[in-house]
Amino acid sequence: MTDLAHIRNFSIIAHIDHGKSTLADRLIQLCGGLEAREMKEQVLDSMDIERERGITIKAQTVRLDYKAKNGEMYELNLIDTPGHVDFAYEVNRSLAACEGSLLVVDASQGVEAQTLANVYQALEVNHEVVPVLNKIDLPAADPEKTRQQIEDVIGLDASDAVEISAKSGIGIPDVLEAIVNRLPPPKGDIKAPLKAMLVDSWYDSYLGVVVLVRIIDGEMKKGQRVLMMGTGGVYTLEQVGIFRPKRENVASLTPGEIGFFTASIKEVADTRVGDTITEERRQCAAPLEGFKPAQPVVFCGLFPVDASEFEDLREAMGKLRLNDASFEFEMETSAALGFGFRCGFLGLLHLEIIRERIEREFNIDLITTAPSVIYHLHMTDGTVQEMHNPADMPDTMKIDHIEEPWIKATILVPDEYLGSVLKLCEDRRGHQVDLTYAGSRAMLVYRLPLNEVVLDFYDRLKSVSRGYASFDYHIEGYEEGDLVKMTILVNDELVDALSTIVHRSRAEQRGRAMCEKLKELIPKHLFKIPIQAAIGGRIVARETIAAMRKDVTAKCYGGDISRKRKLLDKQKEGKKKMRQFGRVDIPQDAFIAALKMDEN
Amino acid sequence: MDRNSLNTDKRNIVQGEDEAGFGVYVHWPFCLSKCPYCDFNSHVVANVDQRQWADALTRELEHMRGLTGPRELRSIFFGGGTPSLMEVPTVEAVLSAIDRLWGIHQGVEITLEANPTSVEAERFRGYRAAGVNRLSLGVQSLDDRELKFLGRLHSAEEALKAIGLAREIFPRLSFDLIYARPGQTAEAWARELRLALSHAADHLSLYQLTIEEGTAFARLYERGAFRLPEEEDAAELYRLTGEIAAEAGMSAYEVSNYARPGAEARHNLVYWRYGDYAGVGPGAHGRISGDGKKLATQTLKMPGEWLAAVNAEGHGIAALEDVSTAEQGDEMMLMGLRLEEGVSLSRHAHLTGHALDDARVDDLVQKGLLLREGDRIATTQRGRLVLDALLGRLLA
Repeated sequence: MTDLAHIRNFSIIAHIDHGKSTLADRLIQLCGGLEAREMKEQVLDSMDIERERGITIKAQTVRLDYKAKNGEMYELNLIDTPGHVDFAYEVNRSLAACEGSLLVVDASQGVEAQTLANVYQALEVNHEVVPVLNKIDLPAADPEKTRQQIEDVIGLDASDAVEISAKSGIGIPDVLEAIVNRLPPPKGDIKAPLKAMLVDSWYDSYLGVVVLVRIIDGEMKKGQRVLMMGTGGVYTLEQVGIFRPKRENVASLTPGEIGFFTASIKEVADTRVGDTITEERRQCAAPLEGFKPAQPVVFCGLFPVDASEFEDLREAMGKLRLNDASFEFEMETSAALGFGFRCGFLGLLHLEIIRERIEREFNIDLITTAPSVIYHLHMTDGTVQEMHNPADMPDTMKIDHIEEPWIKATILVPDEYLGSVLKLCEDRRGHQVDLTYAGSRAMLVYRLPLNEVVLDFYDRLKSVSRGYASFDYHIEGYEEGDLVKMTILVNDELVDALSTIVHRSRAEQRGRAMCEKLKELIPKHLFKIPIQAAIGGRIVARETIAAMRKDVTAKCYGGDISRKRKLLDKQKEGKKKMRQFGRVDIPQDAFIAALKMDEN
Repeated sequence: MDRNSLNTDKRNIVQGEDEAGFGVYVHWPFCLSKCPYCDFNSHVVANVDQRQWADALTRELEHMRGLTGPRELRSIFFGGGTPSLMEVPTVEAVLSAIDRLWGIHQGVEITLEANPTSVEAERFRGYRAAGVNRLSLGVQSLDDRELKFLGRLHSAEEALKAIGLAREIFPRLSFDLIYARPGQTAEAWARELRLALSHAADHLSLYQLTIEEGTAFARLYERGAFRLPEEEDAAELYRLTGEIAAEAGMSAYEVSNYARPGAEARHNLVYWRYGDYAGVGPGAHGRISGDGKKLATQTLKMPGEWLAAVNAEGHGIAALEDVSTAEQGDEMMLMGLRLEEGVSLSRHAHLTGHALDDARVDDLVQKGLLLREGDRIATTQRGRLVLDALLGRLLA
């Protein structure tokens, strides 16, 4: 065990691409956590998707042994945190497990909205925050301006910010010294009954569920019988250990330390993040405050392109859910798409990641239907129904009014793009709450209906600001809205998977845009195809896909029929990637693509 | 200009279609230069030992005779490559081998593809004497600038001379033109086509330019060096072509082939009616029926490899495949629906063992893309122009 004075627990707060993972790599390297040959980029991002997208999804932890300049050995525990708004709840719990944070800001880019939100979260849990200016060796780096920005925008003293380049390895020892000298050690009492916080858990195919814990008081040992105070579950600890980042068993975990245990827990759903773990026979007086469980806010349908893969899809979802309790699913039947699942996600990125993992890891081609938020339907009989699938919308005569969720969004943007961002927010029914400047950057606070944001707001924001705007949001509450269900008819047949809920004031514009998009997305057929958008019985937009006029191999002799036949076989194969609606083949990616607005 | 009823008198152009016939295809894989649009199996080789090639073709014909058994021969076709680079004795040797193996009776159509350069035209009389009775000239265009773009070695003047000469020498003549070229207007094409028709005998092949994978045009096209007409414009050019050809008494009996009644290419009809054919020479294809099966043959494509294989084993067959009954049904349809006369539904059912989905047929009839009369279905002019998609609808 290490005495409390020689432990430092910290996390790193940074915007995507500002160098968090690279800094983590460097810290691990300098403290000898991995041999040079074992180092690969972004050591802590273990999923392929995390590495490819340069994001962290699951919290990861690593213990570093550091010999400080004062000659003493320190145990540094780093909890890596996700950087995307969809996973804000994960940030929360990671922050709660430590006493300090490094705020990493790219000195060539400046502070971003996501960083801001996370720093405020850190300050809320009383973290000591050490600002770190990264990428100072880039020609575009402006440490002075960035320092000023940190003070102006965040209100944090940045005069003694550590200047580094994680990529070139400049200033890394200074970071380690700052952790030791400027972050506070944890508190705790080893003699008190065991009290530990459940930080995270995940499924490992060899070990079962692995639980990440922060010890507050007492001691955690192999063989111990523990009680999870929230769920009431009682388990016998099988392995107790730490990550360096390789897994290593230890005799015990003591106050201030971060480590893991396994205890033959079958599903991640059996554990609750933020729960308090204590000893069954000698319980602590009161549990920790805990966290609110993350609630899905975005819903959509996932259907197998090949209907015969429905059972495979069910199995894939079950497996993913083992590791991600925030992802929900239940069976859904669509007249157009057959059997599939209605799924709930924390946000669009979360949706995309799950979808990509199903397609990649389980090899199932998917059709994704229009994402929806949860609407509250206040019925004329006084009851309130939740609706997260436009296809489930009851008879409008029975609905008194509909409420939709609103968010408060914070957007940071260089002022040359402010105009386009304001327009985007206005187009999405936004209400401006605040507009302030920090140097040449504007900080915008907007209230927006979530249903205008879920699909492509972030993409559009990036696009209109050439990638410079950053965005963060939280849900504020429900408000009444004049909402209607828009349906799409392709070749005079209703395609339920394309139904959406829209604000009446936007309905015609959205209808036109969707019809135009579908006209591009659906290939020409042998006959002309009308595409219509309707609200109730009223057609609000219409496009027609002209019939195909020419598609024939000009030259066909020399007797090479096999080649022609192979083309036909390919055509048959291609048809499997389409879904048939009546007599129209709709490509699988059209369902989402049809909803994305170009707004140009 | 859609027809309203099936042109039933076209059904038996040569003989009863039930006997789609049997032909022999001979591939001569050499060219003086490679045309930028062509993806046929052709090679530019400086010196070809014609004796050696005549012997090898003969040996492979003998091997094919073993596979076909005795068959009544309907047609022979020398394709390529450039068969008009064959010396006359080579053609003689091949024809005499075919005569020995299957018998060339009176009325067998013997076609040879030729380029209209003056050098090649000198051999026309020799080919005729050897037995060739139909010439197919690769004219491609009657405009010098276009000929240059298409990479052809002849001029428009040479082409017209060759046409004149061929008409004197051969009982039957066809020539090819490529249209829907980059920047070609409807007026320019109409002028060129009318000029061609004024020189034509009784058969023309009129192809729209298509970009084939691996060709020089494919590379240029990808780089944006030129553009092809849009779908609508190409369709309009096709319609115009049919109209002008009809004025001259030639009807589109196949997607890209136009003839006066009775002047249809019998050899190509064997393919389109899904008959049997033996294919010899590098990269040649064959379809041979027997014992209730249909064999697909394909020979080695590289001339050197083919020659070595024939010398070693008596044939250059690289792939010998049993075409399943379902595949036979597909092949019959995708060839037969190219023809104005269409296909017999009962023959299709007989081949595959089950009837074609009636609902699909009716749907396409209703859309004005197919005609149905009794046992036969055929494409309308509109349907023929979207045949690839139509086949997907009908068979997939």
